Amino acid sequence: MAAADSDEDLVSYGTGLEPLEEGERPKKPIPLQDQTVRDEKGRYKRFHGAFSGGFSAGYFNTVGSKEGWTPSTFVSSRQNRADKSVLGPEDFMDEEDLSEFGIAPKAIVTTDDFASKTKDRIQEKARQLVAATAPIPGATLLDDFVTPAKLSVGFELLRKMGWKEGQGVGPRVKRRPRRQKPDPGVKIYGCALPPGDSEGSEDEDDDYLPDNVTFAPKDVTPVDFTPKDNVHGLAYKGLDPHQALFGSSREHFNLFGGGSEGAGHLIGDVEPNKGRKLGISGQAFGVGALEEEDDDIYATETLSKYDTVLKDEEPGDGLYGWTAPRQYKNQREPEKDLRYIGKILDGFSLASKRLSFKKATFPVPPTVFTGSATSVLEFLSQKDRERIKEMKQATDLKAAQLKARSLAQNASGSRAQLSSPDGGDRSWHTAWGSGTAPTASNFKPFAKDPEKQKRYEEYLVHMKKGQKDALERCLDPSMTEWERGREREEFARAAQLYVSSHSTLSSRFTHAKEEDDSDQVEVPRDQENDVNDKQSAVKMKMFGKLTRDTFEWHPDKLLCKRFNVPDPYPNSTLVGLPRVKRDKYSVFNFLTLPESSSLPTTPEPIGKVPEHRASDKSRKPSRWDTSKPEKKEDSISEFLSLARSKVGLPKQESCPPVKKEEEQAPASLSEKTTKPDVESQAEEEGKRPSMDLFRAIFASSSDEKSSSSEDEQGDSEDNQEGAVEANLQLPQETHMEETSSTAPASEPEPQELTLPFPIQKMQIDEREEFGPRLPPVFCPNARQKLEIPQKEKQKKNKDKHKPQKEHRRKKEKAEMSPAKKTVIEFCPGLSLDPVLSLIEVHGLFS
Amino acid sequence: MILEDRKWEPRASLKSDFGIPRIVTEVASPDVGNRKCPGGTVITLHRAWRLSGAGPPPPPGPSDRFPRWRGQRGPGTMAFPQPKPRAPELPRKRLKTLDCGQGAVRAVRFNADGHYCLTCGSDKTLKLWNPLRGTLLRAYSGHGYEVLDAAGSFDNSHLCSGGGDKAVVLWDVASGQVVRKFRGHAGKVNTVQFNEEATVILSGSIDSSIRCWDCRSRRPEPVQKLDEARDGVSSVKVSDHEVLAGSVDGRVRRYDLRMGQLFSDYVGSPITCTCFSRDGQCILVSSLDSTLRLLDKDTGELLGEYTGHKNQEYKLDCCLSERDTHVVSCSEDGKVYFWDLVEGALALTLPVGPGVVQSLAYHPTEPCLLTAMGGSIQCWREEAFEVEDGAG
Repeated sequence: MAAADSDEDLVSYGTGLEPLEEGERPKKPIPLQDQTVRDEKGRYKRFHGAFSGGFSAGYFNTVGSKEGWTPSTFVSSRQNRADKSVLGPEDFMDEEDLSEFGIAPKAIVTTDDFASKTKDRIQEKARQLVAATAPIPGATLLDDFVTPAKLSVGFELLRKMGWKEGQGVGPRVKRRPRRQKPDPGVKIYGCALPPGDSEGSEDEDDDYLPDNVTFAPKDVTPVDFTPKDNVHGLAYKGLDPHQALFGSSREHFNLFGGGSEGAGHLIGDVEPNKGRKLGISGQAFGVGALEEEDDDIYATETLSKYDTVLKDEEPGDGLYGWTAPRQYKNQREPEKDLRYIGKILDGFSLASKRLSFKKATFPVPPTVFTGSATSVLEFLSQKDRERIKEMKQATDLKAAQLKARSLAQNASGSRAQLSSPDGGDRSWHTAWGSGTAPTASNFKPFAKDPEKQKRYEEYLVHMKKGQKDALERCLDPSMTEWERGREREEFARAAQLYVSSHSTLSSRFTHAKEEDDSDQVEVPRDQENDVNDKQSAVKMKMFGKLTRDTFEWHPDKLLCKRFNVPDPYPNSTLVGLPRVKRDKYSVFNFLTLPESSSLPTTPEPIGKVPEHRASDKSRKPSRWDTSKPEKKEDSISEFLSLARSKVGLPKQESCPPVKKEEEQAPASLSEKTTKPDVESQAEEEGKRPSMDLFRAIFASSSDEKSSSSEDEQGDSEDNQEGAVEANLQLPQETHMEETSSTAPASEPEPQELTLPFPIQKMQIDEREEFGPRLPPVFCPNARQKLEIPQKEKQKKNKDKHKPQKEHRRKKEKAEMSPAKKTVIEFCPGLSLDPVLSLIEVHGLFS
Repeated sequence: MILEDRKWEPRASLKSDFGIPRIVTEVASPDVGNRKCPGGTVITLHRAWRLSGAGPPPPPGPSDRFPRWRGQRGPGTMAFPQPKPRAPELPRKRLKTLDCGQGAVRAVRFNADGHYCLTCGSDKTLKLWNPLRGTLLRAYSGHGYEVLDAAGSFDNSHLCSGGGDKAVVLWDVASGQVVRKFRGHAGKVNTVQFNEEATVILSGSIDSSIRCWDCRSRRPEPVQKLDEARDGVSSVKVSDHEVLAGSVDGRVRRYDLRMGQLFSDYVGSPITCTCFSRDGQCILVSSLDSTLRLLDKDTGELLGEYTGHKNQEYKLDCCLSERDTHVVSCSEDGKVYFWDLVEGALALTLPVGPGVVQSLAYHPTEPCLLTAMGGSIQCWREEAFEVEDGAG
């Protein structure tokens, strides 16, 4: 703390420590023994210091561990003795030593048998340098002599196939005799001269050569692709100390054949015919005094020695030293290929067919569209486009209106910020100040009501002038207070919306081509159409183009991955069929929309419509709606229909209880009354539109109800006892399936008109089942079951779709007397369930 | 033993005059296999297909199905005369009838190698059998309603099943436990299939969708939902890169993952079952108009039509025999019908029983057929088949 006692005279070096706060103890430096280093496995390594050898091995410079030294395999029991294991040096080595950079790296290497004969150049060089610098030069020579006569597997195989050293590898050549290489003693610089006249004589030779004599192909010495790693000129080899100083050893070496060809190559070109040379020699030096023969050191290189033009005629083998797989021109002829005449190994036979790689040709995936088109609409046919345009125009008005209205209602819902119209004005004014002035020209939220729109425009004009009472002025004085209040809010909202979208941001953004309107749904772009054409094609058995539709279909990326298939559309995020947006309420959608597509959730104006039912008016009327007013005539029937829909039978046409009572009357009477009813239902059934239409209609009003009842229904199904169920269900199922099996066919079924019983009709309605049904269980007493009276069937049928609770309750009710039930039946305050169960009981006891 | 190259033959004597030994070797003639192959049925089959204009459907892997082609030698080489390939045999002999004891057997399926079979019962259980011995190996219970279809993975380690409870269940074979339960279908699941590597389960349901469930992840929702069908999906089959689906709306849809295309073939009548031929070139389609049709996969052309059985209301199975030589179908009159694939002629009817033959499965490599009727299954083999020791 030199800085602490600070004198003016003292000079301080470095930066001072931070002054300690009071009560704080100075931190102790970590002592040396606590400074730890860990290896890659998290084990501690003790650091010895830079000068004392780095890390220690073992435990504090000992072998073993903290517990001491324990043998790796210690078997203490006398019964099972330890196996004697031969320990190799690896057992005493650390794992690090065996790793890639350790002293004994373990790697997969080719064994000698399979290794190529070209030796490891680095090792070879090292060995030679050792030999050269050894006290006795050439002492390692002996090692070269006594190398085991081992041949690699490749050599052996080739030999067995009739190959001899000096020959080339490959099928024998028909007519070209192997030309002996020029004498290796003759050194040729550059490219060898084309053997001009000798070629001609060779051709003459061919004439009398018999056809069936073949020759081994020429042996090709591979081009040495040694990378040039020095800065000398091309092909220049500098002074080789080995050659210069220890020429004797080289000479010795070469005497004994080409055993170390690679070595010679490595060290440099040595002419074997040269005599013994001592001293420094080379092209860079003159002839020494000790030299016996003079090299022609003054020989001049002339350009005439070199080829200046690459001629068509190929010198030598025409490869120019190139050993890349050559293109056999005659490859196509199979006979030529089969003419491999040579020894064939035992157990092998010559292939009769050329081995051809089977090329699996897959059709090229269609080219992916990468955004040259700006809109999916451009893919549409002209007709479709026009249709969409019409739809859009028709809904534009409605949409704008709806938007403004819903906004207004939202505002009224969240009144916190805009407690009063004045408040709305204020915020609107602030928005006004910052933004550009709205012109009423292109934004007409109230276009449907021209009067209102006019008032709105007036309001805007006033607003622009900055008049505070703009709203009050332009409102229609004949309106009620409530209406006025609403319109005030609407206007304020609309103006605000207009400003916020048009002020600052409007300059930066352009409208999307398609408005992302909630009134639109996505529908598949391509539709399978022309069923009629196809049907006629099927009738004529002209399958193929007429019956086939091909669509672009995008599999999910993950699915492709799971199938081990490359993604056909790697750039698209689309999944499934390409889709386009269409008006949600368009009839076309309901005709084509797949059943399972997501339910359209309709944005419902909150404040305007006090009850859900009212919104139904705006929707498309359905044939079912026509029956509704009738039902509302008496409260009980309405009650019943509600209850039914709750129990999950929304499609079932309810017969009012009057009819129920009639059913208790003689059967003939009931048949009379119900038959026309059934027929009318059947008619309806025949023209029944797709489920989506119904869903769209009933989605918002009875969504929760139906979904919950579905759940219940599912539960009840699950909970039913298998054995009992099997018996009970058997007759129904056969009945129901008889009728329902025809449902999937797109055309209406005339059979249904002739249904014998009304019950069956109801069963059809209940079963949401389509398609071929399952075969019935074949058992002998099935017939009996079929003869169960209809009423009972009806009852059971209903049971099936009832929650378990009701099962129980029904049993309870069954014990009650009929008189009691009738009392309950007309009791208005009852909950739904008892009423329902009552009907059940009616069925049971009638 | 000596077969010379044809080109040399006329001048052979000349050449030997030159004193040069004739170099001969044992060479198999290149085109013997095509001309003199005794596998008559196969040859005619292909020719017939060509004639019908269906394009060339050569069997892509003849080596495993027709092993005798490989060692075919020329007429001169008679070292080991190969036996003629057996004529395709049909399973005519009823080997075994098993009462499964699980209510109605909704479907019977072979496993990947054909040693075992699965039966789907209406009592919510799935049972694994050795059909030859008739032993029950394990019962899998966990479905909430009847089981409608099942399939085994390629390595026999997992099963998948779907049923009336709208769930698709992945089972561990050995432990019998439910590995995953995929919920999401809105209706009962008619058919389930593994893909080739058992990483995806494809399930077709009457809610007119096919859902691809990922077995590898824990995601509850399907990888993809193929909802192009307008009506219930009755049959789904999977090849290495295709999904074939038959729907009650009368269309066969083939989703080609590699090409990224959907091919939809209109058949008209509600489709009860579809399957690929074993060479992957054709599609067999059975529909409720009591007709089976063989369509070319690539073009959608009609290659053959097979009638005579009765299939008008139920969802019945059809398949091809183990060598694609015959078309097999269930029938509502209690029989199983066999047609010659090329000629379209009825080859055999097997009377199974008085009820409806609900389901059938053909062994992948041998002429062995399993049928399901009522609560029992039947195992059929060719006439010459002898039960091995211990198998009974």
